[in-house]
Amino acid sequence: TSAQAEGFGLGREALPKEIAAWDVSVRPDGTGLPEGSGDVWTGEEVFADKCAVCHGDFAEGVGNWPKLAGGWDTLDRKDPVKTVGSYWPYLSTTWDYINRSMPFGDAQTLEPDEVYAMVAYILYSNDIVDDDFVLSKDTFLDVEMPNADGFFVDDRDETEYAQWSGEPCMENCKDNVEVTMRAVFLDVTPGVDEAATSDGQITDEPAQAAATTED
Amino acid sequence: MSNGPSRRTFLRGAAAGTALLAGTAARAQTPDPLITEVQPWASGFGDPVDAHPYGMPIRFEDDVVRRNVEWLTADTISSINFTPIHALDGTITPQGCAFERHHSGAIELSKADYRLMINGLVDRPLVFTYADLERFPRENHVYFCECAANSGMEWAGAQLNGAQFTHGMIHNMEYTGVPLRTLLEEAGLDTAGDLSGKWVYVEGADASSNGRSIPMEKALDDCLIAFKANGEALRKEHGYPVRLVVPGWEGNMWIKWIRRIEVTDGPMESREETSKYTDVMKDGSARKWTWAMDAKSVVTSPSPQAPITHGKGPLVISGLAWSGRGAITRVDVSKDGGKTWQTARLAKPGEKMALTRFYLDTEWDGEQMLLQSRAMDDTGYVQPTKDQLREVRGLNSVYHNNGIQTWLVNASGEAENVEVS
Repeated sequence: TSAQAEGFGLGREALPKEIAAWDVSVRPDGTGLPEGSGDVWTGEEVFADKCAVCHGDFAEGVGNWPKLAGGWDTLDRKDPVKTVGSYWPYLSTTWDYINRSMPFGDAQTLEPDEVYAMVAYILYSNDIVDDDFVLSKDTFLDVEMPNADGFFVDDRDETEYAQWSGEPCMENCKDNVEVTMRAVFLDVTPGVDEAATSDGQITDEPAQAAATTED
Repeated sequence: MSNGPSRRTFLRGAAAGTALLAGTAARAQTPDPLITEVQPWASGFGDPVDAHPYGMPIRFEDDVVRRNVEWLTADTISSINFTPIHALDGTITPQGCAFERHHSGAIELSKADYRLMINGLVDRPLVFTYADLERFPRENHVYFCECAANSGMEWAGAQLNGAQFTHGMIHNMEYTGVPLRTLLEEAGLDTAGDLSGKWVYVEGADASSNGRSIPMEKALDDCLIAFKANGEALRKEHGYPVRLVVPGWEGNMWIKWIRRIEVTDGPMESREETSKYTDVMKDGSARKWTWAMDAKSVVTSPSPQAPITHGKGPLVISGLAWSGRGAITRVDVSKDGGKTWQTARLAKPGEKMALTRFYLDTEWDGEQMLLQSRAMDDTGYVQPTKDQLREVRGLNSVYHNNGIQTWLVNASGEAENVEVS
């Protein structure tokens, strides 16, 4: 081929079966979804069996493990709860991620019907579908994700760059400087000496950090 | 392994400092036995050359290690650890203590088992072996890799006490590899048509896959399929045998153990670019595709884990600056919480999308300091304060916190992480 002639002639052509094995990604428009289907109640059983130990019986999350349901209308509050229902813009991502990377520690073991059913159950747990819903390639685009319009493309060039560029202040930049917060009062750094303890002026709970650093 | 010997380091250093007393006028009262008496290392043997085929740092440096913060994540598999930047100098990060971030652990993938696939809108979908990749023309570049979440725990205020913890989700290495462009051209992009609206979707061989969408313009510009870092093979935990290098862009996109590159006509909107690595704003809407890491800096010494132990007199204030949009051109340092600033000295001219070392050689009079550093890059961008960031974004962005860091250095030389008005 011409591509080969122009290139180095390295590598070999990928076979259809190889591409099918590795290219399992699903696009927002449903491209990439396999044949299959699953309903809410089948999903509940699969979820109880394979997911609930970490994500809870109702997808509400156990301990520090991710919550998959709930958190509606919390995005503009302190410590928003970002779940499939409250935050995720596309259903494709849920299907794709579960199919490819869950259960945690035992990924790529689910059949398409199991994934369809599990996703149907997660939608139900988020009050997005009714309990008689059956998810398939055909019904996939019928689902309306509550936060589908919640995202916008990086606008830092317009909203930040202009005000944070140019020659900065070097002298007399502030009249007064006061310490407003000290990390030692939280005392959440590993190995930090006991002497550096709280004097009661804790300004925030360590838990807020746990929530913000799910990643 | 001790997880945070900051106090121990301080006491050990303080003891040494007392022995020396104040630097300038020091005059020995009695001869130093380390000089007047023959020491064992000046008389007997050291280790033979066959003792350590691949050496580790000397034991006195055992504080210079990665550390994790247990409460940050649900487990240590999908988690983060931190580079000991408080103890390093220069710009190159030793691979052995360079931070790790995995989503399903650090996998072991041999060169023999390694495969890289290119598929999608290409003229010829291809499979490469590791050996194939080594036959393409190579390039060498130094770049920083900063986790999007670096300093993320500090959005709501001063929380972790040490530069390692507040700014240590970063490393800077010299990479050897093949431009992504070369591999895409080998597969042929005629089929893709107009490249301006095209993307590549890249994913790793691990269970998490970490799939991310990258616009074609960036893919063809400076992305690198890297197999060497700082002269040697990538470490297992950094993607052995092959990772993607995405200069200036958030670390999540630097796909490790990269196994597949798909040319597409749109973004995949994967989990790692919807649920994660999107930045919630004040009103609850969220930015997506916040790829570039903005200009940022931090004083690494003095800092909470690197207190002043030598008393008054000459003091080297040292730190790191970097920008994902270009090269660092200047770093200013303040000792009074931002009232007045002095321009620091760059150890070398800033390089694009690489760590830059700065120094302010100064005198410490023993007074309390509120130390800050402020980076500027060649686009004219000036590192903002945390309050300036919060004014635009609120407190819940999680990612992309490049606000100015303040260390309070007290009269005994100890430093702590604070916020100032």
